[in-house]
Amino acid sequence: MKILYRIEKSQSLADKVHQLWVNAPHVAHHAQAGQFVIFRIDEKGERIPLTISAVDGDSIRVIFMTIGKTTTHLARLSAGDHIQDIAGPLGKPSEIVKSGTCVLVGGGVGTASLPIIARAAKSAGNRVIGIVGARNADLLILEDEMRDACDELQISTDDGSKGFHGFAADLLKQTMAREKVDCVWIIGPAIMMKVTAEATRTAGIKTYVSLNPIMVDGTGMCGSCRVIVDGETRFACVDGPEFDAHKVDFNTLMQRIRMYQPEEKESLEKFQSHACACKGGEHHA
Amino acid sequence: MHDRTVNQRIQDFSEVSTGMTATDAKAEAERCLQCKKPLCVTGCPVTIDIPAFIREVAAGDFRKAAAIIKEQNMLPAICGRVCPQEVQCEGVCILGKKANPIAIGELERFVADEERTHGMMMPQKKVSTGRRVAVVGAGPAGLTASAELARMGYHVTLFESLHAAGGVLMYGIPSFRLPKEIVKAEIDAVLTLGVDLKLNHLVGRSVTVNELLNYDAVFLGTGAGLPYFMGLPGENLPGVYSANEFLTRVNLMHADRFPVYDTPVKRGSRVVVAGGGNVAMDAARVARRLGGRVTLVYRRREEDLPARIAEVEHAKEEGIEFVMCANPVRILGDQAITGVECSRMSMCELDASGRPEPKEIDGENFTIDADVFIAAIGQGPNPLLIGEIPELTRGKRGNVIIDENGHTSMRKVFAGGDVATGAATVILAMGAAKTAAHAIDRMLREE
Ligand SMILES: Cc1cc2nc3c(=O)[nH]c(=O)nc-3n(C[C@H](O)[C@H](O)[C@H](O)COP(=O)(O)OP(=O)(O)OC[C@H]3O[C@@H](n4cnc5c(N)ncnc54)[C@H](O)[C@@H]3O)c2cc1C
Ligand SMILES: Cc1cc2nc3c(=O)[nH]c(=O)nc-3n(C[C@H](O)[C@H](O)[C@H](O)COP(=O)(O)OP(=O)(O)OC[C@H]3O[C@@H](n4cnc5c(N)ncnc54)[C@H](O)[C@@H]3O)c2cc1C
Ligand code: SF4
Ligand code: SF4
Ligand code: FES
Repeated sequence: MKILYRIEKSQSLADKVHQLWVNAPHVAHHAQAGQFVIFRIDEKGERIPLTISAVDGDSIRVIFMTIGKTTTHLARLSAGDHIQDIAGPLGKPSEIVKSGTCVLVGGGVGTASLPIIARAAKSAGNRVIGIVGARNADLLILEDEMRDACDELQISTDDGSKGFHGFAADLLKQTMAREKVDCVWIIGPAIMMKVTAEATRTAGIKTYVSLNPIMVDGTGMCGSCRVIVDGETRFACVDGPEFDAHKVDFNTLMQRIRMYQPEEKESLEKFQSHACACKGGEHHA
Repeated sequence: MHDRTVNQRIQDFSEVSTGMTATDAKAEAERCLQCKKPLCVTGCPVTIDIPAFIREVAAGDFRKAAAIIKEQNMLPAICGRVCPQEVQCEGVCILGKKANPIAIGELERFVADEERTHGMMMPQKKVSTGRRVAVVGAGPAGLTASAELARMGYHVTLFESLHAAGGVLMYGIPSFRLPKEIVKAEIDAVLTLGVDLKLNHLVGRSVTVNELLNYDAVFLGTGAGLPYFMGLPGENLPGVYSANEFLTRVNLMHADRFPVYDTPVKRGSRVVVAGGGNVAMDAARVARRLGGRVTLVYRRREEDLPARIAEVEHAKEEGIEFVMCANPVRILGDQAITGVECSRMSMCELDASGRPEPKEIDGENFTIDADVFIAAIGQGPNPLLIGEIPELTRGKRGNVIIDENGHTSMRKVFAGGDVATGAATVILAMGAAKTAAHAIDRMLREE
């Protein structure tokens, strides 16, 4: 009786970075740039939020870093397997207007959120510059797709193995020095968003970040995802996840994200010791 | 009436009350005076024919008793357990004037449990009207509206944003008060009427408002799920929860069984709960079962506690410490919560609700050590969907305004339950939903 959501495609994109295409028509038909879904793999599973990275017909794509129990389990599922619950699309869509030149900066797996925003920004009539940063060349994802979606694409790696040797923030500053930038999206790890957003603060350029606090329901019912923006408590799942970068209290966000570290470690260790290599999680009792 | 011992029950999440035996039930039913003008019925928001069902219990025909209850109430096993009977049916039972009122709630629960264990009866369904109604939210209001409409021959699509139906019955009220198998059985009974339940659908996002308004009629039962925070310094420290989050992690996600279930929760060794309603009692008793020493802080006096009496008594028996006339003013801690600073309150002039208004006493603050703090100070109507329908008239507290038929300011749109009243009770939500369902039927038949 219960609908299960079928995995159409499962693929590794880089070390610890994985993509899934999943059939979820109710999400696919309504998804907009900047929104996310909540997955629950099975009856015992946690509800985890993942950004909608692309849509095709009845299917959506998510791209994630395998960091803990649930993402490790997800990466072990293959085409034909099912996800028990997918709720969404959730969150507010990106606020895209025609403003001139938009720069989209992605750090690590945060890049997954960009192509859909890039396309939306472009069809709204903006010139779109993509900046994709990674620790090294092997960890770069979606390069071709971003090149296709943007008017211009710049690449940086921390170790210089590809593109600019340095941080995405440096490329953003260079771009700002070179031409007029009207709006910026920065999506990546909290610390990267915090640091990179400083580049646009004094210039007063409208800058969005997508926050990733710990969530439970994703519908505004629990307050787990609360963040402080402009001195006020907001629920990232319904008021966000995108907020004005210059008003976010990143320190509170980073402190709350670490809240369950001991439990997450325990959960992952248990999963890795119980699960057989081929089918994650089926033996965890 | 028949509770498991404290030592047993704080070790697990099984039901505290074991209910009545058939012999107990008959004996209790025989006490009923079968009043000609039964006051009890006036105290029941859905006007169950209480003396009639009690008569059947006394006669030993439990199935007939169930059928009588179900004419007015599709979810009797739930209401028998969670209704605040002391202010409703039992509160006005004539026998209560001199001695103990009839234990109407326990009898209702007994009858419903009997029916469930012996196979549920299928209600009659009318022929299809060919009309489609959308119901938003699968809490008690949405479930009741769906059941009523399906019985009247409507094709009902019930949208629920979570992965389980039940609303607060699933994520809020803990299983030691309301076992989840019972909620599921009563939901299944509603679904067998042909209601099309769509889980994981957040209306306003997975379904647009325009798509919603394409149905012949709409019932909004989205509840009052928005948790209020107190705005205290330190409120965002790790270890500080809304009651909704704490209870959802345990009740819906089974964090009490982490790591068998993946969702974690902080098991505080020293827990402070702020609030005095059912939600606060539930949060405190859950924290107690997770192994914590629990203090409940309430700003008014003990006699002002809004929780059901049975819950307050159970909480006390289970060792929860009650600190009355006190209010948290600051959460202490640097990386995580380490304590809660509270002020003492004095009871001053009567306020609008007729109760003395609590006022802070200067210079009498005290600190309770804590590694978990749970704010259970109330919830507001969930603003997401109703905020996307600007044509809906809303009250000051964000609630949807409805008339006596559950009709909102929009022609095809009805509402009921917590979204209209603010946080209230299961039976009021069900009563309102039923009224609205019949109004929808009248509207569609007149079209
Ligand atoms: C709106 C939003 C969109 C996101 N999109 C993506 C994405 O597209 N790709 C991606 O790789 N990651 C994304 N994340 C983060 C992702 O949800 C976490 O990496 C995931 O929950 C980790 O689960 P886990 O069990 O594998 O790891 P865990 O071991 O549970 O946790 C590892 C870390 O993940 C974070 N985390 C844990 N549980 C949750 C939770 N329920 N909600 C949010 N964060 C949590 C915490 O910071 C934690 O320290 C997003 C988060 C949010 C809020
Ligand atoms: C912890 C706790 C203990 C309680 N104890 C008692 C008690 O002992 N006795 C008593 O009588 N009452 C009690 N109550 C109050 C009672 O539970 C509520 O009054 C009742 O559940 C209200 O029913 P409802 O259907 O209006 O809303 P809810 O039960 O809140 O259900 C609303 C449903 O709508 C869903 N929803 C919301 N928005 C959307 C959307 N946009 N799209 C799709 N779905 C949506 C929600 O996920 C939820 O499932 C308690 C409440 C709590 C929180
Ligand atoms: S539904 Fe509630 S108020 Fe009505 S008879 Fe049953 S317990 Fe009493
Ligand atoms: S008021 Fe009390 S005694 Fe009279 S019919 Fe109702 S339950 Fe029986
Ligand atoms: S995740 Fe629960 S309110 Fe945002």
